[in-house]
Amino acid sequence: MKFGIIVFPGSNCDADCLHVMKNVMKQESEYIWHQESDLSAYDAIILPGGFSYGDYLRTGAIARFSPIMSAVVDYARQGGLVIGICNGFQILLEVGLLPGAMLRNRSLKFICDTVNLKVRQANTPFSNKLEEGQIIQVPIAHGEGNYYCDEKTLQELNDNKQIIFTYCGPEGEESLEYNPNGSLANIAGICNEKGNVLGMMPHPERCSEAVLGGTDGYKIFASMLNYLEEVGR
Amino acid sequence: MKELTYKEMGLLDEEYQKIIEIMGREPNYLELGMFSVMWSEHCGYKNSRPLLKNFPTEGSQVIQGPGENAGVVDIGDGQALVFKIESHNHPSAIEPYQGAATGVGGIVRDIFTMGARPIALLNSLRFAELDDARVRELFSGVVAGIAGYGNCLGIPAVGGEVYFNPAYKGNPLVNAMCVGLVNTDEIALAVANEIDSPIMIVGAKTGRDGIHGATFASEELSESSQSKRPSVQVGDPFMEKLLIEACLQLIKEDLVAGMQDLGAAGLTSSIAETASKKGLGVEVDVLQVPRREQGMTPYEVMLSESQERMLIVPRTGKEERIKEIFDKWGLDAVVIGRVSGDGMFKVYEGEELVGAVPVMELTEGCPVYVRQGQKAEYYQRCRAFDINSLPEEKPEPALRKLLASPNIASKRWVFSQYDYQVMTNTAIVPGDGDAAVLRIKDTSKGVAMTTDCNSRFVYLDPYLGGVLTVCEAARNLACVGARPLALTNCLNFGSPEKPDIYWQMEQAIKGMADAARELDTPVVSGNVSLYNETVEGAIYPTPVVGMAGLLKDIDYRCDMAFKDEGDLIVLLGELRDQLGGSEYLYVCHGIQSGAVPPVDIKNEKSLVEMLLSLNADGLCKSCHDISDGGLAVCLAESAIKGGRGFTVDFDFENKRTDGVLFSEAPERAVISINADKLKKVQELANSKGLQTQVLGQVGGKDLLFKNCGQEIIRMSLADAGQIWEEAIESLMK
Repeated sequence: MKFGIIVFPGSNCDADCLHVMKNVMKQESEYIWHQESDLSAYDAIILPGGFSYGDYLRTGAIARFSPIMSAVVDYARQGGLVIGICNGFQILLEVGLLPGAMLRNRSLKFICDTVNLKVRQANTPFSNKLEEGQIIQVPIAHGEGNYYCDEKTLQELNDNKQIIFTYCGPEGEESLEYNPNGSLANIAGICNEKGNVLGMMPHPERCSEAVLGGTDGYKIFASMLNYLEEVGR
Repeated sequence: MKELTYKEMGLLDEEYQKIIEIMGREPNYLELGMFSVMWSEHCGYKNSRPLLKNFPTEGSQVIQGPGENAGVVDIGDGQALVFKIESHNHPSAIEPYQGAATGVGGIVRDIFTMGARPIALLNSLRFAELDDARVRELFSGVVAGIAGYGNCLGIPAVGGEVYFNPAYKGNPLVNAMCVGLVNTDEIALAVANEIDSPIMIVGAKTGRDGIHGATFASEELSESSQSKRPSVQVGDPFMEKLLIEACLQLIKEDLVAGMQDLGAAGLTSSIAETASKKGLGVEVDVLQVPRREQGMTPYEVMLSESQERMLIVPRTGKEERIKEIFDKWGLDAVVIGRVSGDGMFKVYEGEELVGAVPVMELTEGCPVYVRQGQKAEYYQRCRAFDINSLPEEKPEPALRKLLASPNIASKRWVFSQYDYQVMTNTAIVPGDGDAAVLRIKDTSKGVAMTTDCNSRFVYLDPYLGGVLTVCEAARNLACVGARPLALTNCLNFGSPEKPDIYWQMEQAIKGMADAARELDTPVVSGNVSLYNETVEGAIYPTPVVGMAGLLKDIDYRCDMAFKDEGDLIVLLGELRDQLGGSEYLYVCHGIQSGAVPPVDIKNEKSLVEMLLSLNADGLCKSCHDISDGGLAVCLAESAIKGGRGFTVDFDFENKRTDGVLFSEAPERAVISINADKLKKVQELANSKGLQTQVLGQVGGKDLLFKNCGQEIIRMSLADAGQIWEEAIESLMK
């Protein structure tokens, strides 16, 4: 499979994602510069973390106007697999591929930590190698990960089973104590209605090798591969 | 802008006279400004240069020692580490967020200027105590500034230290270290070597910020320092990120003859340093320098310390390709002058020559002062302080107080604001080991790094304190399994014009040099920050060491957490009870005094070798050195990190109980091992001439200390963990 990793000038997890896809998942992978607009060669797209254009305004607010994002929107509408991680999630919200918005963390501080996530849906292109209800550990690192949407949208997310990952305690407890950023309904990751676009604040690429202390992230990328192999693009 | 006199620029009468001699006339205002910044302590090292000569700087591992933007150390396989530490103290005292942020920006530029990809940030911070609202503001501002800048760049902040002591009231210390990775055949040096080569500037536009920053950094802080806020620059990490990517591309394609960042003293310094290495000259037209403010004078342009700017001297014929690369990253590269052969630094404003100074005089002509140090009056008094005159604090409340001391408590409040995992190399994260460990991708290697300085020790006994600082850094690296390679230092002191402060410098440097020589960790780079004083006096002498080491096999790294029930807890080194200068004395008795525990550097070296052997053989399950808070805190931290209690039961040998528990004497570490490995450990220790002692076992839910079977402390693990984890956070609420 061929993965494309979008690079904005301020992306800083692009190399991490490329490393995992190439050297750990053993897939063909390459960077796609933000001024390009052709995604026809790729089986899946990764929007990596970072600070796209500095993000001095709202995170991702400028990235949505870049040439590559129009291409990503088209790609997603045609059913292409897109995963947005951290800043990538923020950009997916700004560009409207996913509903809702990000607020600053409840603490108003940047948070770097490793958190527990509960897998809420296991029959998606991004989580089919995980079990429903499984607790996984994935690092977070963000200043604006406090997900918010209106009540109606939250209802839709629930009804359509679009909430894929939620923050929780080591035993799966869901409470404010285990919610690192104040996000609505402990949301850590959601997908679109069709299920082919995922946005998540935690960083699976940071826990795909044992030397980094965990391999739960590997299963997310393995799910994508599994889906692509079974279903095709 | 009001014109300053030479005195206001920080020059002495005799220095002004020397400038007149060099010029053969009175300098004009621009020339005077150029001299004053280049001859400041920050750029010219005029008070410290003679002392710095004492440092060992050579070794088979050293590729580049002091004198370049950063030091370079061989790590095998054609790879090298590039690293340096630098201060941003005074700007941070005035404007903590931007002061700290631009400190990070400056040190990162030093690293990629050498052609290295920055892979890690560390820092060393000192503040007064957190009961003061202004201190909390400084502390949170500095941490947020480091986070805001480093996180945006995507360089993990993997380690560091933070201490709180009244000695830093009004004059906090903010030292930032950056480590880069480079292929040895791609190391770039800042040298212009061809006459007529164009000189380009790239990056941010030049404004009026930071004018005389180098001078400001070289004087004492006073009431009027707040009015020097314009001397503090404002950072733009996104711009820096673009510069990193573009400049590393230039070096990869071998397009530049010389590259230099614009740091302290701005264009003046970077141009002078680039030209002076080969004895060349330079002509520059200030009108060509892109500006963000109107009506700037040549003086302002040449002295501006606006951030995120780089000076590039292209290889002949490579300018077009250079422009293409900068275009890709949306950066403007502009030719502002050319290299000349006459050894003069000529500044033009259009056609008009507005200043001309001999380059070598700016960089090398700076007067050097060899001062006479005088032993501080407090020295004998503190050494003679009789600790036996103090009552023993009850052990359990004492341990609680120590675990709650911000100097010992978990620094999670700090490091959780830093992205410490970006780049996916961090194999031991902050707080988990005695040093940070990063894997080097595509190899089996790892590198480790740490910053250390016990400034209370250095204050009480500058020589011993200097030795101990280097020893602790080496010990920390060995504890995680890394062989210490070399060090960088940031020498933070008060005013060298005061004999007792000069004595502190002299002695501390001698101590560091002796230890660095014995431990084979040469000094490859560094920075000096003097005049760290306020009306209330000088800071504690704080010569911070940043040390880097190498793990041949990343799989044999070791953290500090206890792992399994039943593992044996073994003390490497002797039971010691010297309490001089300990955190215990301060926290429980309010005293910062006493004789600093002596250290035998050779013995410390044996310990380092022992730790390296143990880790190379995979014998240690956990490893933690004894430092702040002593043996008791060392054990408590390993227990808290591992989520497992312990029982230790040994003979206190008629020593003071508080001494045995809380002495910070060096040459010691605590490991936990599988019980069947004990014999091997003991044999190894014998062969190195080191003592070992089994203290007890990992297990249970309590921290249990016994002296010959008699219970001394019993504290629940949950209790200890909560105190230690929440101490700083609760003070910051």
